Amino acid sequence: MDILLVILFGVAGGFVGGMVGVGGGILFVPALAIVLDEPQIEAEATSLLAIVIVAIAGTIRQRRYGNVRMGDAFAIGLTSVAGVALGVIVSNEVSQRTLEVGFAILALAIAAQLVHRASTRPDPAG
Amino acid sequence: MGSEFKRRKLVSPRVSDETQRLLKLAVVGTAAGAFSGLFGVGGGTIIVPLLILWFSYGEREATGTSLAAIVIVAALAAAGQGTYGNVDVVNGLAIGIPAIGGVIAGTALQQRVPQKAVSYLFALLLVAVAVELLI
Repeated sequence: MDILLVILFGVAGGFVGGMVGVGGGILFVPALAIVLDEPQIEAEATSLLAIVIVAIAGTIRQRRYGNVRMGDAFAIGLTSVAGVALGVIVSNEVSQRTLEVGFAILALAIAAQLVHRASTRPDPAG
Repeated sequence: MGSEFKRRKLVSPRVSDETQRLLKLAVVGTAAGAFSGLFGVGGGTIIVPLLILWFSYGEREATGTSLAAIVIVAALAAAGQGTYGNVDVVNGLAIGIPAIGGVIAGTALQQRVPQKAVSYLFALLLVAVAVELLI
């Protein structure tokens, strides 16, 4: 039963994400943590695996439109190692509560970014 | 202190444009990596605006390039979290693979739905998520 819910959240998350241009993680983490009751750290870690899959598919599509500058993408990806290591270590050291509060702040920041973007940009569909 | 640094830079511009560019990309990578490892997100929220602001990318190029970078960033972060035994592989695949279909449908419909309304609704959902996590 849970697996069906997970699949449903995957489709719904991807759908809304593709529509408003938000990445998967901000949706996958709460789906796993709140709906499936996974501990916050496991929800975040599992979300990362899902993001890799979605981002590969997205990259293949975007490359066809000529929207991917591979050199810069590799530079950003490969230089992320230190930041990733720091983030992973800190996330495993702090309490579950701290992670939840941190994620809540991130969700609010992204909500603000979305509202700002929607209110300043012309809407293609009116 | 600040003006001294500036003067030295003006007198001997040793750091080439190419190196400066690479350093800036490394700052983007480091910030995105920290967010990814810490919060389980890809880091697009950081990468896309910085590509536009610092590198004069267009919106579409920023999104496309960000996605390609995220493949590497998220893979590294997933591997790191994996060493702590935090990754649920079955759930990760079960959410990630169907999401591809969702993204394709969502992107295709992007031009046909009132994006502003969807953005506001989605922002509201994120506020609800934040409240749920905080209480």
